[in-house]
Amino acid sequence: MQKLPIGAWAQDGVNFLTQFFENQFRFVSDSIASIIEKFISLLMWFPPLAFIITSLILIFIVKRSIKNILVISFCFLAILNLGYWEETLETMTLVLFATLISTFVGIPIGILCAHHSFIYAIMRPVLDLMQTIPTFVYLIPTLMLFGLGMAPGLISTIIFAMPAVIRLTYLGISNVPHALLEVADSFGANSWKKLSSVEIPHAWQSIKTGISQCMMLSLSMVVVAALVGADGLGKPVVQALNTVNISKGIESGMTIVFVAILLDRIFANSSQKIGAVR
Amino acid sequence: MIEHFKIEQLDLVFGKNSKKVFQALDAGQSREHIHQELKHVIAVQNVNFSVYKSEILVIMGLSGSGKSSLLRCLNGMNGRTIGKTRGQILYLDAETNQRINLIECPKNHLRKIRKHQVSMVFQQFGLMPWRTVSENVAFPLEIQGIKSTERIKQVEEKLEIVGLAKWKSHYPHELSGGMQQRVGLARAFVTQADVLLMDEPFSALDPLIRKQLQDEILELQQKFKKTIIFVTHDFSEAIKIGSRIAIMDAGKILQIGTPQDIIENPACENVKRFTEDIKGTHTFLT
Repeated sequence: MQKLPIGAWAQDGVNFLTQFFENQFRFVSDSIASIIEKFISLLMWFPPLAFIITSLILIFIVKRSIKNILVISFCFLAILNLGYWEETLETMTLVLFATLISTFVGIPIGILCAHHSFIYAIMRPVLDLMQTIPTFVYLIPTLMLFGLGMAPGLISTIIFAMPAVIRLTYLGISNVPHALLEVADSFGANSWKKLSSVEIPHAWQSIKTGISQCMMLSLSMVVVAALVGADGLGKPVVQALNTVNISKGIESGMTIVFVAILLDRIFANSSQKIGAVR
Repeated sequence: MIEHFKIEQLDLVFGKNSKKVFQALDAGQSREHIHQELKHVIAVQNVNFSVYKSEILVIMGLSGSGKSSLLRCLNGMNGRTIGKTRGQILYLDAETNQRINLIECPKNHLRKIRKHQVSMVFQQFGLMPWRTVSENVAFPLEIQGIKSTERIKQVEEKLEIVGLAKWKSHYPHELSGGMQQRVGLARAFVTQADVLLMDEPFSALDPLIRKQLQDEILELQQKFKKTIIFVTHDFSEAIKIGSRIAIMDAGKILQIGTPQDIIENPACENVKRFTEDIKGTHTFLT
């Protein structure tokens, strides 16, 4: 029996893209890399302790919780002590950019999906594919198109993490009670007003959950991103794996855990408070 | 008396293929037949009535009689995206002082009417849980594009009228049902609309609060002379509030008249059934 030519098609598609659009892809890749590198060098310009103290103060102003501050400062100091400050900043930058892009692209897609059932019908299998296809599989084409470095790492991360934002935005918007939309309608609201003052506020908790999940999923991609040459905490993990270096592996692995706790404590929303109001 | 609304031969159909249903209706097929054969619901069928300026017209009927659907035709919420209407809903536009047919008028115009001239009060209050009382009342003014300083002034004025000035920075869930509906009333009043559409506004409230709000609505009506179309399934509420009552069943209006009219001369058996319960308890009317 004849094999389905999926592999051949994908190969042809990627070949076609590399052949005719290589310069464009490289341009995108280079600009992404240069923006990220500039951002990282800006963060590196601060002395680590000054950076930590400033962020602690800012976090305290927003969160007003001593317990949080203690956990966060422990994580920061542990990272600094283990000597992975630069890698941590690189990873955080990657996570931040991946989350920002996923948010700004994902929320509108989620809203469109909730408003038009045919768009959701198209997006559903695409989202399933984005989340389930093994990451290594699309590393090869992204590598061919964007070359080694931060850009393919960022793009793979976005592919993996963005569905969370889309799905939870979709969920939040499609759960808006009909009665509230009717109220907006009855007072003559147009679709923009309905979106901005009924649908998004109602879905806000769900959207925020999507964003924080997206952030955690991005972090879980650091090791994979390192395989395509992205800087960050994934690199020492990969090196440790290649050289069977147990102590390095544990150190860098624990640092990733500390970063995860940090991100969770800093960005996990104080949703309990607002949730109770409902 | 000036006719604020004049409704002529109004049909409202829910379902995808309204054209076919209208044809079937014209061929004289019954509502039940269309429901079974074509799987379409005829919510309102061949309805004719007028609403006069500054009266309270109560549309009364059991659940499923089409009364709420009919009410939603009067601001065009039914008949465009939800359901399809045909016939005429002539509305006296306060701005131009001309009659326009709401079924055919452009969407923008309809939106303008909803913004400024016709506002609505809902059975489940329809308050937004993430907005405070005053933010909820300000919502229609936001849609009108009124500046925030002016909004605050008007909102406070309206909250004063419904007696909730002290509660302005609370959230809806902190209020009792009766107070929540007062917020709903303030929100409907804040637009300066001449027409209020009220969809079973007091049905979710307990009897004492209901009575209180009924009295308040009558008082407000005395003061501000709004045209109110009030939907209810409660006949005693209808005779208390209504200047006139329209009794609906199965999408049709069975009888329309003053409360006294309806109690003394019920047009058919179905109407009689509503009035019989009431006759004993409200002897003052006879």
